[in-house]
Amino acid sequence: MNLPVLKAADFASDQDVRWCPGCGDYSILAQMKKVLPELGFPREKTVFISGIGCSSRFPYYMNTYGMHSIHGRAPTFATGLKSTRPELMVWVITGDGDALSIGGNHFIHCLRRNLDVNIVLFNNRIYGLTKGQYSPTSVEGQITKSTPMGAIDHPLSPLSVALAAEATFVARSIDAHVKHLGETLKAAAAHKGTSLVEVYQNCNVFNDGAMAYAQERKQRADNIVELEHGKPLIFGAKGEKGIRLTGNHLEIVNTEDVPSDDLLIHDAHDPNPAIQMMLARMRYPEMPEPIGVLRCVEGVATYNDQINEQVTAAKAKKGEGDLMALFNSGDTWQVA
Amino acid sequence: MIDTSTPPATSKTVETVSGITVRLCGDSGDGMQLLGTQLTNTSALAGNDVATFPDFPAEIRAPRGTRAGVSGFQVQFASQEIFTPGDTLDALVVMNPAAMVTNIGDLRKGGILIANEDGFNEKEYKLAKVESNPLDADVIEQSYRVVRVSMTKMTRDAVSEFGLSTKFADRCKNFFAMGLVYWLFGRSLDPTLRFIEEKFSKKPDIMNANMAALRAGWAYGETTEVFGESYQVEAAKLEPGTYRNIMGNQALAWGLIAASQVSGKDLFYGTYPITPASDILHELTKYKNFGVRTFQAEDEIAAVCATIGAAFGGTMAVTASSGPGIALKGEAMGLGVMLELPMIIVNVQRGGPSTGLPTKTEQSDLLQAMFGRNGEAPMPILAPRSPGDCFAMAVEAWRIATECMVPVMLLSDGYIANGSEPWKIPDMKDLPEIKCSHPAASDSDETFLPYGRNENLARPWAIPGTPELMHRVGGLEKEDGTGNVSYDPDNHQHMVDTRAAKVAKIAERIPEQDVFGATSGDVLVVSWGGTYGACLTAVAKCRDAGHDVSHAHIRYMNPLPSNIGTLLRSFRTVLVPELNAGQLRMLLRAEYLVDCVGINKVQGKPFAVTELVDAITHHATTLRQTKAG
Repeated sequence: MNLPVLKAADFASDQDVRWCPGCGDYSILAQMKKVLPELGFPREKTVFISGIGCSSRFPYYMNTYGMHSIHGRAPTFATGLKSTRPELMVWVITGDGDALSIGGNHFIHCLRRNLDVNIVLFNNRIYGLTKGQYSPTSVEGQITKSTPMGAIDHPLSPLSVALAAEATFVARSIDAHVKHLGETLKAAAAHKGTSLVEVYQNCNVFNDGAMAYAQERKQRADNIVELEHGKPLIFGAKGEKGIRLTGNHLEIVNTEDVPSDDLLIHDAHDPNPAIQMMLARMRYPEMPEPIGVLRCVEGVATYNDQINEQVTAAKAKKGEGDLMALFNSGDTWQVA
Repeated sequence: MIDTSTPPATSKTVETVSGITVRLCGDSGDGMQLLGTQLTNTSALAGNDVATFPDFPAEIRAPRGTRAGVSGFQVQFASQEIFTPGDTLDALVVMNPAAMVTNIGDLRKGGILIANEDGFNEKEYKLAKVESNPLDADVIEQSYRVVRVSMTKMTRDAVSEFGLSTKFADRCKNFFAMGLVYWLFGRSLDPTLRFIEEKFSKKPDIMNANMAALRAGWAYGETTEVFGESYQVEAAKLEPGTYRNIMGNQALAWGLIAASQVSGKDLFYGTYPITPASDILHELTKYKNFGVRTFQAEDEIAAVCATIGAAFGGTMAVTASSGPGIALKGEAMGLGVMLELPMIIVNVQRGGPSTGLPTKTEQSDLLQAMFGRNGEAPMPILAPRSPGDCFAMAVEAWRIATECMVPVMLLSDGYIANGSEPWKIPDMKDLPEIKCSHPAASDSDETFLPYGRNENLARPWAIPGTPELMHRVGGLEKEDGTGNVSYDPDNHQHMVDTRAAKVAKIAERIPEQDVFGATSGDVLVVSWGGTYGACLTAVAKCRDAGHDVSHAHIRYMNPLPSNIGTLLRSFRTVLVPELNAGQLRMLLRAEYLVDCVGINKVQGKPFAVTELVDAITHHATTLRQTKAG
């Protein structure tokens, strides 16, 4: 089949983008438009579903099918759609408040069902659309409009939650790290099952620089570690630092001091999420934060496949449903 | 098809009566619901018209022997058409003192009280909070025909040869009671014997014991001198056709499948378990070979949102719940209204507010259905009137939803959901096609308008996968035509007006309200939902007594049929009986400025015919006196 070759511009809708100038969302939108043509999937079979929040305006800017739904519920709309139209490629666009606060329940259940959709979670650690309240990923002590004396909640890590729900694909990337972001989105699209991509996204109005340690070129080498399956965990500007598993904890070592065999080799395909969970728990400033694919386990049945397989199996076993036969089953009687 | 019209021969006198109302009561673990269902099916198979009222506690196994743990099943079977399970009981079967003291008030004077004497002892008196044996009270002996039967002991004797433990042997006693009831009312044992054979085929000892208990109960009636005669109820003269017994939730589920078939759509059913709606899920999930996909969601919100997602994809999408769950679905229903996608939201109403009375019936969610969403978010509302009518109204709901591209609310209630009646099996060939069309990519240069409208004001149902029709929908206000986000004040006014007009226009395409009795006169009784049977029966009785009373039972709640206003104004008094504090009455008064009078009851119980007759008679008599004066 000859598919027309599409460009990024073909995925742009006719709507003006209305995020604040300088918002990290622009970068994610640009990468999505760049990646989709590379997937070679028809636009009309692509659907973006979002909840509520700044990030959730995303579908309006894509020339695909889209739904801007209600707060926190995007994965549930995706569940209904993907279960009945499994041939569509469905993306869920959400944020830290949308997915982890009001929509926490749906987030977990979508992941544990392994619905074959891709969730992109824009994490800016703040409520932007409602103008600056703290979010479930805001750091302890963070001063915001709703926490003038500092946030007292312990923040939630979407990666840890996803791993606990036994998600089959868990990854993290950064808005400013465009190449990495594009590759990560591609990997998510390639995975069969729920893919979660957390994207560190800068809110330059209400939480500017909150993740500068990971975003800024000068700082990020020391504060993030790029994961690659089968490769040792090495970071630092010159690759001078590594991560070693000692006993049941991870530690930073100097790569010159330890043999490379001693470094932790990343295994994204390990069905046991224990070490992946240890990686998800590496937090700045004590540890470098991991980006890339923490976990990618293929071969797990998806919800959409199974719900449809049951229909096929029932038809094979009982034949196509016959309502008249059903009506007349069991005890009936005749009135003359 | 089987011939079950012939009961086993009795050697005693048989008296023919036109109808019998029986209630079977015991502990929630005593199998009373099973017993009631069997008696209902057997009576239906004998050609009687039947109506049932199962009444059980919300607790699965409420404390044994207590009043709170009493489970009951009432059935009326008759040789003429009936519309209610009956007010007062001709016979009451009680398995313990708690069942007796909580139900004896409904037994008519001179009625038959059958008590399992073995269930009456000091321990049971204590559990039921009675001082002594209630059977011994003089007033009981004087008011009723009391039959004490040692059911537990006789059941043990009857099943002794099968070597069951006492515990399992005692479980057979409901079949003994059933056998006795079958003898008393000339019912055939065959359907129940067949049921036992199928249900217990893998446990031959239990199967044989239950059959023996059933036969022993029958034989006890036949041989003991307690009963001088038995009763028979002849077949009712129903409309010709093939019939089966059907429960409301079952009929609703089948109606949804039928609607999916006549519209050429697969059915997606997203739901979260809740009493009394769960049986629709249990029923639908059996029929995957009809293209039914059921999704048991993580919560009520996920259930309705998945339904909207499926509707967006072009599938017939349905969600169901009861009041508390519908409250949770409010925001999503508003989105459904905004997206203008077809779907059905079923509310099987129960007693409220809050958790309320989960297993009891009520009609108190009408205003929630009308207004339970933020903003101006009108939705069509339909209300079936009986168990069998749930089938027809489910099909109708889908027809309206697709014609208008709108979510439709189907308001059932616990009374019709769990009640059953004979249902004339329809011929699927007679069911009109429901046309669902999806626009295809066109060759013309015209821009596709996702919010363009047809003569019904419905927008096109363009579904993902269609080339060139890519569009975005969402909860932000839509610009008419393009569907783009719009904050324009005039557009918002226009869209609010259009969504309302779209629903209002449905009145042009639904049947006018029909009336039982004259179309003008003294009193009009206006009812809706599950109170149909009681209201119709009460009005018929009042008319027989010479009162000028008519009855209009509404099934289309929003929009109301176009002639309702004229009808209301054609009567001197309009009475609105409802199992709520006056919700339809409020709507009628607001809409038509007619001073309707409510007959309201919120006790978790259906109307008794007599209480409606009394209320109607009171108003009719007052009117006549005023006229005369």
